[in-house]
Amino acid sequence: MKYKAITAIAALLALPMSAQAGPDDDKLVINGEIEMVTKTAAPAHLQDAMDEVMSGWHFRSDETQAMEADDFDNPGMVFVEKALGAWETAEGSEGKSCADCHGAVEDMAGVKATYPKWNEEAGGVRTLQMQMNACRTERMGAEAWKYDAGAAIEMEAMLSSVSRGMPVNVAIDGPAQATWEKGKELYYTRTGQLDLSCASCHEENYGNMIRADHLSQGQINGFPTYRLKNAKLNGVHSRFKGCIRDTRAETYSPGSDEFVALELYVTSRGNGLSVEGPSVRN
Amino acid sequence: MASGVKPRVKVPKSAAAGEAITIKTLISHKMESGQRKDKEGNVIPRSIINRFTCEFNGQMVVDVAMEPAISTNPYFQFDATVPEAGDFKFTWYDDDGSVYDETKSVAIA
Repeated sequence: MKYKAITAIAALLALPMSAQAGPDDDKLVINGEIEMVTKTAAPAHLQDAMDEVMSGWHFRSDETQAMEADDFDNPGMVFVEKALGAWETAEGSEGKSCADCHGAVEDMAGVKATYPKWNEEAGGVRTLQMQMNACRTERMGAEAWKYDAGAAIEMEAMLSSVSRGMPVNVAIDGPAQATWEKGKELYYTRTGQLDLSCASCHEENYGNMIRADHLSQGQINGFPTYRLKNAKLNGVHSRFKGCIRDTRAETYSPGSDEFVALELYVTSRGNGLSVEGPSVRN
Repeated sequence: MASGVKPRVKVPKSAAAGEAITIKTLISHKMESGQRKDKEGNVIPRSIINRFTCEFNGQMVVDVAMEPAISTNPYFQFDATVPEAGDFKFTWYDDDGSVYDETKSVAIA
């Protein structure tokens, strides 16, 4: 009886909320100590389009939001722990681990906030996963990880977790500018049978419903993201692919030049928000 | 059989005598239901945690029978009254016969 009563109350509480799709004004503090910036003034390059940028966290239900506020409740942290083991495991022909060069994981704080980033030697923009693979193939003599797959996404989540609370700050000028422009063009290009661009949903219609789901601003400061729907960490490129597929278009592949450019551009739309990964979303 | 299994428990380090404390547990486990098929159409054999128990100084606190519909990485949260200082012992039983356990001590503040 008691259980039924609670269910009934929950249903009553949920009713008025289901009609509203907009972001809330809650504050995110992780583990009671890391204060997160989840809403802030839009970066300069975005000011014609919107005044304020906000994390996708604001568009989720209270229950989902709460999972992210405590590392024990955040299922993404299980994968972070797995990557901690990999960080210290020597691999490849050189017999080196990540820790042999980079030291403690905590010393990597701030790295995630600046990626994707121009790499002079490679003559191109590299995402964090590309940089990890460059380390693996060039310095460790190990095999490259598959893009957005198990080990790679776990390591990215781990590197992200030590940067949580720091503001996203990717450079969009200088040598990275050409890639950034390309990403911007992709963002505003309509694709697929449904003829939708990223902006159609995430710039013009955030806060509205798309069928049964809330449209966020499509910020990627919380990636890699643990999604309740598939119970695993999801990479940015895989998410892009999902979105483009949903416009009923042929998609690019994770790790492709197009997605690297798009990642740089979309990340720059969230410059100023806290690094949040691994975040929890539905 | 199951790989990457790791139990995790969160218990307050100390409590007042008679106080009800909140305990959170999570074990990373794929919880393969036995209903799914692989690409070739063969049934992927069931591999789940089928029982979870928590004991306090040898006395049973919770004893849960678990079924295949439970999702990956099962999480349990419950309240327990702490009458005296002692140890919480958590045990997970795997289909393959493996037993994983974890012990946490609680002091009386």
